[in-house]
Amino acid sequence: MNIVWNVQEVLMAGLGGVIIGIAVSLMLLWNGRVTGISGIVGQSLKLVRGDWYWRMAFIVGLFLGGVLMLALSGPERFIDTTDVSMGTTIIAGLLVGFGTLMGSGCTSGHGVCGLSRFSPRSLVATLSFMASGFVLVAILRAAFGEA
Amino acid sequence: MTNDRMSNYREKLSHIVAAGAIGLIFGVGLVISGMTQPGKVIGFLDLTGNWNPALAFVMGGALLISTFTYPLIRRLEHPLLDAHWHVPTSRRITPRLVLGSLMFGAGWGLAGYCPGPAITSLATFNTKPAVFVLAMLAGMAAYHAFEKFFGHRWPGPK
Repeated sequence: MNIVWNVQEVLMAGLGGVIIGIAVSLMLLWNGRVTGISGIVGQSLKLVRGDWYWRMAFIVGLFLGGVLMLALSGPERFIDTTDVSMGTTIIAGLLVGFGTLMGSGCTSGHGVCGLSRFSPRSLVATLSFMASGFVLVAILRAAFGEA
Repeated sequence: MTNDRMSNYREKLSHIVAAGAIGLIFGVGLVISGMTQPGKVIGFLDLTGNWNPALAFVMGGALLISTFTYPLIRRLEHPLLDAHWHVPTSRRITPRLVLGSLMFGAGWGLAGYCPGPAITSLATFNTKPAVFVLAMLAGMAAYHAFEKFFGHRWPGPK
């Protein structure tokens, strides 16, 4: 293992995390809900009456957050240095969509909100997707020499 | 429209406005954190290569706030804009939970995007996040169909 440290990167990661922590706190405080992005997106596909507009508003907000940061700091923080092909991107998207709904959550719902509630389900889910991500990247690295 | 209905309507509108504002804050946090850079995400998952631990501090920073605020907020009788809580109650560890999470982790490691950052990255109008989000929506629709036709038989409860 070769560890790549960068103090500024770590500080930005922590700051971004704190902002995310504030966002999920406000969702619980105001709307009484956890902020599970895969659930919000997945349920919005079902067009359930009464709970569709706030979900769409949240998704539009996520997008506008990107627009705002793009305007403020430019495209640098969206740069994709990987050479993942379109085919792989499609397979990845299908796995993420199907898997997050089957597993009832993703990084936000299980990894942040669930762990904050000390939910045993979310702990198991978070350990599972982390382990699976680590193993998958290790396999890619072993097979192709790079990830 | 009676007063009662009016207040009901306002309550709903307030949910929508609140959710939009929270989405915006969340999106800003994601971009600042580095989660919208797939190379960094894959670097974080690259334990056997050049491991970049920075993104561990995203979850760390978020949990620093929310593990503290969540229990405090839950002491309230009800949320500020709603008469009831809508928090998950299930505590069962199921095959579905583990299998789905394993699939999600594999997809995350393949492309370096999880759902939130992919949606926020649509702001760039780049092809890759757009393709990823479309595939993700297709995967979600496939799951809804799967659940409808086979869900009660395999692999057990949520």
